[in-house]
Amino acid sequence: MSLLEVRDLRVTYGSGAAAVPAVRGVDLTLEAGTKLGVAGESGCGKSTLALALLRLLPASARLEGEVLLDGEDVLAMSWGRLRAVRWAGASIVFQGAMHSLNAVHRIGDQIAEPLLVHGRATPAAARARVGELLEHVGLPAARAAAYPHELSGGQRQRVMIAMALACDPRLIVADEPTTALDVMIQAQILRLIEGLVAEQSISLLMISHDLAVLADTCDRLAVMYAGRVVEEGPAREVYEAAAHPYGRALSSAFPRIGDPASRRAPRGLPGDPPDPAALPGGCTFHPRCPVALDACGELDQELREAGAGRRAACVHVGSAS
Amino acid sequence: MRTDTTARTEPGTATGALLSARDLRVVFPGRRGAPPARAVDGVDLDVGAGEIVALVGESGCGKTTLARSLLGLVRPTSGTVAFDGKPLAYSSGALRSYRKRAQLVLQDPSGSLNPRHTVYDAVAEGLRIHGYAGDERAAVAEALARAGLRPPERFFLRYPHELSGGQRQRVVIAGALVLEPELIVADEPVASLDASVRGEILALLLRLRDELGLSALVVTHDLGLAWNIADRVAVMYLGRVVETGPVESVLTNPRHPYTRALLSVLPESEGAPVVLTGEPPDPSRIPSGCRFHARCQVLASGAAEAVADRCRGEDLPVLPGGGAGAVACHWVKGGGAG
Ligand SMILES: Nc1ncnc2c1ncn2[C@@H]1O[C@H](COP(=O)(O)OP(=O)(O)OP(=O)(O)O)[C@@H](O)[C@H]1O
Ligand SMILES: Nc1ncnc2c1ncn2[C@@H]1O[C@H](COP(=O)(O)OP(=O)(O)OP(=O)(O)O)[C@@H](O)[C@H]1O
Ligand code: SF4
Ligand code: SF4
Ligand SMILES: [Mg+2]
Ligand SMILES: [Mg+2]
Repeated sequence: MSLLEVRDLRVTYGSGAAAVPAVRGVDLTLEAGTKLGVAGESGCGKSTLALALLRLLPASARLEGEVLLDGEDVLAMSWGRLRAVRWAGASIVFQGAMHSLNAVHRIGDQIAEPLLVHGRATPAAARARVGELLEHVGLPAARAAAYPHELSGGQRQRVMIAMALACDPRLIVADEPTTALDVMIQAQILRLIEGLVAEQSISLLMISHDLAVLADTCDRLAVMYAGRVVEEGPAREVYEAAAHPYGRALSSAFPRIGDPASRRAPRGLPGDPPDPAALPGGCTFHPRCPVALDACGELDQELREAGAGRRAACVHVGSAS
Repeated sequence: MRTDTTARTEPGTATGALLSARDLRVVFPGRRGAPPARAVDGVDLDVGAGEIVALVGESGCGKTTLARSLLGLVRPTSGTVAFDGKPLAYSSGALRSYRKRAQLVLQDPSGSLNPRHTVYDAVAEGLRIHGYAGDERAAVAEALARAGLRPPERFFLRYPHELSGGQRQRVVIAGALVLEPELIVADEPVASLDASVRGEILALLLRLRDELGLSALVVTHDLGLAWNIADRVAVMYLGRVVETGPVESVLTNPRHPYTRALLSVLPESEGAPVVLTGEPPDPSRIPSGCRFHARCQVLASGAAEAVADRCRGEDLPVLPGGGAGAVACHWVKGGGAG
């Protein structure tokens, strides 16, 4: 049995004419001890997906589908059970986490809290663990006494990562965990996470807009567009040779230092991001797709085989061309 | 620690820079007997008219503190900041008129948006404060569209919590650009954006520079961003700029050991990555001598043996803030970098 299995997950914010279908039928599988990366354009539904996994969405959001954690449906759990899962089974590093720290408590106390609440550690042991966790994420143990406002943005982000690691969860959902970190610390933290995944068979679902980081860190990579997964497969392969035109556009927009073609020439993706409240018919990517066919405006595309262990949702995939 | 006595030009005079900082220091007092944190510890930095400068460096090295002090949000402990040749005045009136010409995009958009203000109000706020006489609605719509939030009307009445992380970031950028400032200081402006939106916003900054002569100081840990848009880059380590120069030379031929290490860990770099070890840097305990010496891979490898005593004991001067390339390293100065 997989550790995490997401089946036909749908999330809609609001209702009626203003309804925003942010996630529109996502299937994902995450085996124990593996790392799955999720990438995609800003606003395509990545954070919504992450929050849905632990039922952390606002009341205005309507959820459908199944989220099976160890075979148990998170979406159907009682609140009590859900709380237990959030404490022990799965932890989440929120996007923009720097702001979710409590301003009036020392960061060391915030990291220690889950350890103490469940009587899992004595105060002295918790203190030692906090120091160790801080050093793991590249902060001097003495900074445990600091308040959030005394830390830099990246330092706060690292405190959030330390908090997520504190209770040895089985699943870590990390939403842009390293956006505020320089390459050096990022490398250090990704190595730390990799070590944990390997040693304690933790699973990681990591969201990032940085395809290179995901390709480096994760085993598999899913690319989302307009609320759906449009491509999925082994991380390196998807990064280096995307099968879906959107995946290709995403990886070619990356600047390469030293490459004269990208010097003073930042590249984006032409066209407007899709409006979730008024999605184009057919393949949602067709207004921006460089290789669209006439039929793409009408024909919705399902994920299909695109080579060994790979799937993509595009008319060109699996056909003769 | 010795203070160095290198002669430097007066702020904003000889250099003719739009923004210029001289020997800037920001010290946070230590709590309960702890030593104070020297977050910015002697920085000279110029941003010329129409110039885009990238400020890069490790998390916690003082970039945000420096950026905030350049815009008058933090009063420096010592040193000066000058804009357009005049030292900053810190009265609220003076700061308000400064803010019309120089805008800050804060790191972390969630913190800089008021949760009770709609997107429209967030962007219009600056226009209202400064008594904008034109068509407010049109200006707001244009700024949002430029920042990639299209169609803009779709976002007018949304609250920050109803936006994705990247959308919030773009609202903040729109709010900064709507006033058409001469200078923008942007702290990690595109860190939360995917490659396509990121490209669009960087292209916008370049276009504003070319068309309107916008100057920009972009704080980032993303060296690719510097490569994409900046003219010049300043690399900061533990409160100081340790290497500065034109983007092409610093990024393709880094000289300071810290800059070399930074570039070596990029996924696209050839050769073995140099992952720095040693104590995490701490501004309340800045080592004497070269502040990087405890972690310097060149010193550790023995390659800098000839200057090792100076690395450990002799402070390095504050680098000049202007255009030419400069490196604060005994080994490089001794010709060691080859
Ligand atoms: N509470 C809400 N009410 C209405 N719409 C919302 C709400 N939260 C998010 N949205 C919309 O849902 C869509 C998906 O948002 P989500 O935060 O999941 O995007 P994301 O992929 O994480 O983007 P980013 O990379 O910018 O963080 C966006 O269009 C966003 O504007
Ligand atoms: N109010 C404060 N009191 C004490 N120390 C502080 C305070 N504010 C910042 N610091 C410390 O000063 C140093 C510089 O912080 P700053 O926010 O400028 O870093 P930064 O370079 O922007 O880092 P990041 O890339 O992580 O955002 C950090 O070590 C931080 O912990
Ligand atoms: S289905 Fe058509 S529009 Fe969609 S990605 Fe493929 S070619 Fe492009
Ligand atoms: S001065 Fe010495 S310790 Fe400092 S960076 Fe240069 S070689 Fe390394
Ligand atoms: Mg998000
Ligand atoms: Mg910062």
